[in-house]
Amino acid sequence: MKQRDGMTLIVKTVTRISVWLILLYGIYIILHGHLSPGGGFAGGVIIALALLNVMLAYGRQFIDRWVNIGFLHDLESSSAALFLAMGILGMAVGGGFLANFISQGKLFSLLSAGTIPLLNIIISIKVSMGLFVVVWTLSVFHLDKGGKEE
Amino acid sequence: MILPFIIIIPLLAAFLITLISGEKDNWAIVLSILAVLSLLILALFSFFTTGDETFIYEMSGWKIPLTICLVQDALSSFMLVIVNLIALTSLMFSISYIRQYSSPWMYYALFMLLITGMNGVIATGDIFNLFVFMEIALFAAYALVAFGSKAEEYEAAFKYAVMGSISSTLILLGVGILYASTSTLTMANIAAELQTVNSQVTYWVAAIFLAGFGLKSAIMPFHAWLPDAHSSAPAPISSMLSGVLIKALGVYAIIRIFYNIFGAPAVFLTLFMVLGSISIIVASYLALGQWDLKRLLAYSSISQIGFILLGLGIGTKLAILGAVFHILNHAIFKSLLFYNAGAVELALGTRDLRKMGNLKGAMPVTTGTSMIATLSVAGLPPFNGFFSKLIIIIAAVQANHIVYAIIAVIGSLLTLAYFIKAQRYGFHGETEITEFRQTISLGMKSAMIILAVLCIVTSLLIIPGIRELTLDPVVTVIMNKTGYIQAVLGR
Amino acid sequence: MTVYVLCFILLLVGLYGALTKRDLIKIILSLSIMGYAVNLMIILFAYRTDGSFAILVKEGSNPNMVDPLPQALILTSIVIELGITAMLVALAIRLFQQYKTFDITKIRRLSG
Repeated sequence: MKQRDGMTLIVKTVTRISVWLILLYGIYIILHGHLSPGGGFAGGVIIALALLNVMLAYGRQFIDRWVNIGFLHDLESSSAALFLAMGILGMAVGGGFLANFISQGKLFSLLSAGTIPLLNIIISIKVSMGLFVVVWTLSVFHLDKGGKEE
Repeated sequence: MILPFIIIIPLLAAFLITLISGEKDNWAIVLSILAVLSLLILALFSFFTTGDETFIYEMSGWKIPLTICLVQDALSSFMLVIVNLIALTSLMFSISYIRQYSSPWMYYALFMLLITGMNGVIATGDIFNLFVFMEIALFAAYALVAFGSKAEEYEAAFKYAVMGSISSTLILLGVGILYASTSTLTMANIAAELQTVNSQVTYWVAAIFLAGFGLKSAIMPFHAWLPDAHSSAPAPISSMLSGVLIKALGVYAIIRIFYNIFGAPAVFLTLFMVLGSISIIVASYLALGQWDLKRLLAYSSISQIGFILLGLGIGTKLAILGAVFHILNHAIFKSLLFYNAGAVELALGTRDLRKMGNLKGAMPVTTGTSMIATLSVAGLPPFNGFFSKLIIIIAAVQANHIVYAIIAVIGSLLTLAYFIKAQRYGFHGETEITEFRQTISLGMKSAMIILAVLCIVTSLLIIPGIRELTLDPVVTVIMNKTGYIQAVLGR
Repeated sequence: MTVYVLCFILLLVGLYGALTKRDLIKIILSLSIMGYAVNLMIILFAYRTDGSFAILVKEGSNPNMVDPLPQALILTSIVIELGITAMLVALAIRLFQQYKTFDITKIRRLSG
């Protein structure tokens, strides 16, 4: 039973420390998406990898206990809907779908580039939740088979 | 201004469906029907108001070489009408059909994504955006083919996904080479730039695109995935795939790229004729040997795509009129035939023609509409299929392609032969069927009746006064080689 | 020119694998190789020797910069490939559950 619940103590301890750093790095990449390489997708993938790290180290049951996958699904869909809403708002206020409608700020400052940082954040939620749910679902498939065969 | 909504509405509907629906599918049905109905109204509105004009929508308020643009001309609004019309009937058919599977709300979300992808491919004026929307549509299609969760369906979906991603990679390669040689992704700009670029590049890229989009539209040497995928999917999805997906992703993209961007190089027109006639003959011959009704219909789709491609290859005004008309007609009667097959499968639990029997008394609507669809596809007057095939054959004769005309005639006769077989064994057999697993619901019946009526009504489109308003602008868009560049770039 | 030829060879390696291998997982890997070859090729189209990032180029200076647009295209196509690969893996797992094998010569319930 102990074995099924994830990996050894060393891996768990390292994960417990490193997962926060990975999450922080992901958030950094997202927030600086409009200034440096990276952005919503890259940062979202990093966040998803942090969550997957937890899943690999502590086992899927741990994730199932602490996280409501249905909620992640809803978060994913609503972030996509939010992205479309931003697009339509751009259409209503600005010149076209996804057009910028807030101040562009000073070049190379953190709060600049109009709606792009907001869109980056929305995309990062979509990507991280989507990727995590995909891998989680594939692991459920795996358990299915174990249940039937053995 | 209606163009972005063509894409936004189904995308929003897809995400709302995943958000609000639980195990019940009521909200999903309401939302998707509303979305598709509004799409159909928008598409019809744009079809009847566009005429010879071209409307451009530039995303995010930037100007054309920098932004993604959406283009609405006669061809794209014509295709939008076909896609959304078939989608509406397909949804009507789905409501009770799809309840036999688990978690039907997922089906509606994927269906909306499928429509998003196809509408996007049709509306876009940017070649990379075309690739992206194509992938959205294909992704939904793979999932929908596997929706029934049986071994055959997974197998077909895997085969389809492998073939689909090979062709997508080829298309991406072509897009990359085009970008490298023209430094732009807007289709009209590419077309304008290509006139100054070495024509070798055009030929290489066109060959890559022919392989890529040929795989998508299942022209004969690239057809292997189609009979599996289209026969394994749930019936409404088969009708979407066979009726519109291979046309929106395959034939429409071929028309846009080969006629509007590359300016219809003569080598490729000849190649279209050769590939088209191979598709007509070989697929008809293979269809003759099928005993699975949906598989027979899938092979028939390949052969009918061959007719469209033959018309496009002949390249005269009349031939393209025939091809465009056949796109519409094939969408209508092939979808209807797949609904019939789905209804029979639901009622009898089999698709094998040998296990069917006399359904005339028990399923009058299905039998009657299938007879109408058969007469259309086989090309008997006064149904729509007759006129489009007749136009293609006359055009072939006029352009002195007598051999191709003969091939088209033989193809029509073979079509008649295998559909007589399907009718004889499937619907008018000797054994009287008395046991039914499920009755055919009102939604399914009305979907079939609507399309059967359309089979006759659309043949009116060929009357000169109506043709000038509906089909002729589409032909003008395809034939006018520099018109697309001028219309989009405004010079 | 050599790098483009090498990319094309990589593409052909992927195509060869996708068409001849009998193992589902190897087919999926071959498709990924094909995708990477094309991505690499498009990135190489954008490469300029000694070019700088587009965002670092000052206005009015000599714009010897790496073309940023293909990088955006590649990011999109990587996302798409990720989705397709996940889909294919899911299908492969389901096929394994049904047939207890990854060998496509044994997965033949559909005829010709």
